[in-house]
Amino acid sequence: MNVHEYQAKQIFAKYGVPVPRGFIANTVDEAVANAEKLGGKIWVVKAQIHAGGRGLGGGVKLAKSIDEVRVLAQEILGMTLVTHQTGPEGKLVQKVYIEEGADIADELYLGIVLDRAKEMPVIMASTEGGMAIEDVAHNTPEKIIKVAIDPTIGFQGFHGRSLAFALGFSKEEQGKFIKFAAALYKVYMENDAEMIEINPLVKTGSGEFLALDGKMGFDDSALGRHPDIEAMRDITEEDADEREAGEFGLSYISLDGEIGCMVNGAGLAMGTMDTINYMGGTPANFLDVGGKANAETVAKGFEIILKNKNVKAIFVNIFGGIVRCDRIANGILEATKLVDVKVPVIVRLDGTNAPEAIEILNNANMANVIAASDLGDGAKKAVAAAKGVIR
Amino acid sequence: MSILVNKDTKVIVQGFTGKEGSFHAEQCIAYGTKVVGGVTPNKGGTVHLGQPVFNTVSEAVKVTGATVSMIFVPPAFVGDAVMEAAEAGIELAVIITEGAPVKDMQAAKAYATKKNMLTIGPNCPGIITAEECKIGIMPGSIFKKGNVGLISKSGTLTYEGANQVCNAGFGITTAVGIGGDPIIGLSYKQLLPLFEADPQTKAIVLIGEIGGDLEIQAAAFIKENITKPVVAFIAGQTAPAGKRMGHAGAIISGSAGTAAEKMAALTAAGVHVVISPADIGKKVAEVLGKK
Repeated sequence: MNVHEYQAKQIFAKYGVPVPRGFIANTVDEAVANAEKLGGKIWVVKAQIHAGGRGLGGGVKLAKSIDEVRVLAQEILGMTLVTHQTGPEGKLVQKVYIEEGADIADELYLGIVLDRAKEMPVIMASTEGGMAIEDVAHNTPEKIIKVAIDPTIGFQGFHGRSLAFALGFSKEEQGKFIKFAAALYKVYMENDAEMIEINPLVKTGSGEFLALDGKMGFDDSALGRHPDIEAMRDITEEDADEREAGEFGLSYISLDGEIGCMVNGAGLAMGTMDTINYMGGTPANFLDVGGKANAETVAKGFEIILKNKNVKAIFVNIFGGIVRCDRIANGILEATKLVDVKVPVIVRLDGTNAPEAIEILNNANMANVIAASDLGDGAKKAVAAAKGVIR
Repeated sequence: MSILVNKDTKVIVQGFTGKEGSFHAEQCIAYGTKVVGGVTPNKGGTVHLGQPVFNTVSEAVKVTGATVSMIFVPPAFVGDAVMEAAEAGIELAVIITEGAPVKDMQAAKAYATKKNMLTIGPNCPGIITAEECKIGIMPGSIFKKGNVGLISKSGTLTYEGANQVCNAGFGITTAVGIGGDPIIGLSYKQLLPLFEADPQTKAIVLIGEIGGDLEIQAAAFIKENITKPVVAFIAGQTAPAGKRMGHAGAIISGSAGTAAEKMAALTAAGVHVVISPADIGKKVAEVLGKK
């Protein structure tokens, strides 16, 4: 789960990671009131969406008067912001964060993420802040400093010093930076974060470090023990169909093709999409029914797949391990009662209770259900059905 | 022959009396696995599925001499359960549970390594030596005895791959589902040399997925160390690039983890890469000679 910048900064502040003062606004009037509350002469109006690259996309602007705050808030609230991380369809801006301006002397990058190979968190820092870090990594990888932290010993002084020396800080700066990094590591560990990114981390004219931006993602498996973070979930940032599927234990991602897929297990689901593609067809979605599939979830799966009007055929591909094929077969019967399935449905059932399942389907004698003997056969039939060759 | 587990392996089950633990332990026993007991705190002294229940892993190991533990406890308790197994001297923990927090696994894996305990999973189907020992949730009936070793990140693709190998007239020595979580136990790189050393295994099927770089590491390892033929499939060639907030993960691994990248690395290492998983069986038959 991801949170907005303003929420990440609220968490930072709780742990003593310095952030600029700011207030969140849902309307233009709130934005203006927030600017007045902050006082000062310069404000930053920042679009709050779950994606990076907001500045380049026109979602972060500087205001030098209260009137300008009003104009910019009007402009940004309700705009569809397109960045390199939103995809071409962009994201609707529903909130703006009004922040006091900062006196920027230098821009840095600081992030924490799990290093899967080392199996421990790694702190990444760079003097090249304020630009796309993936470009820095690509063009000048030597400018990204990485220090892995063994969680069994936690963040120690030497970790901080090795970062601070590599970044070329003066003696006074070192102390402040190490304190900053130590606090951020604590934020990461105590909240079961998956990643933290501050870009830019700025050094102010008076030599203080300040998180000018903040991105945080959390380990979904650990949200149960962080109700305060779970409460920060912004469901408007999530795809409605994907979320609805999730409520039924289904994992769904919409794609551009014509063949709807219902599969158990993420690996087989991807493998099924790959096979459809290999046979000359195009998958309309990724759908993993998970290990607890029953009649209700299968019916829901059909409903979600058929919301996509491009779907010309559906391929149900189940290799039953924990999932019992007879339950899936009953689910298909149930689904056709609840949802009007007009397209051909190609069904391949193998594994646990497959013979019973095939009998259930045969006895039901449904007009648009086509049986397949294996994965390759099923994909071939689905491609043919989508092209109208068989029905 | 086989790797890691066989008909003599003594297994205990952590989370023995729970719904999932009970159901699958019963299936394992029916398959022939030597399940010698289980652990559920506060149920020590009782008997479940005809086997003794203990309060602690340490007690279970002392009484039964078990060397392997199959873990079914709920996600929030997985880290604790793995560390308890390591402390008690278990040699291999097979962690089936899905949804264990990454931070817990970080600590548990580090402790397991310190105690020389091997782990498989979490979030995996487990390990099976065909017709001898099943420690996990895979449908046992599809694994016929033979001479092909199988390693897979994905559960259902483990079944799909094994089924095709068997339908092609061959069979399985041992199949291991390693799981796809950010932190996992044994991976391709540790399992490949075991299959290389196993005289019964004549070919290896490697099934991977997009994300991470384990398959890239496997490719480099195969090139240098593996003489037996390897057939591979990487799932996710048609998966769309995910919408992510940051790109820190890709920067760390130094690779985007795409299917194309992994397939190219494996091909360059001399691996027989199939584009569709429907061709795994056919390709195995090709490299081993038709039966």
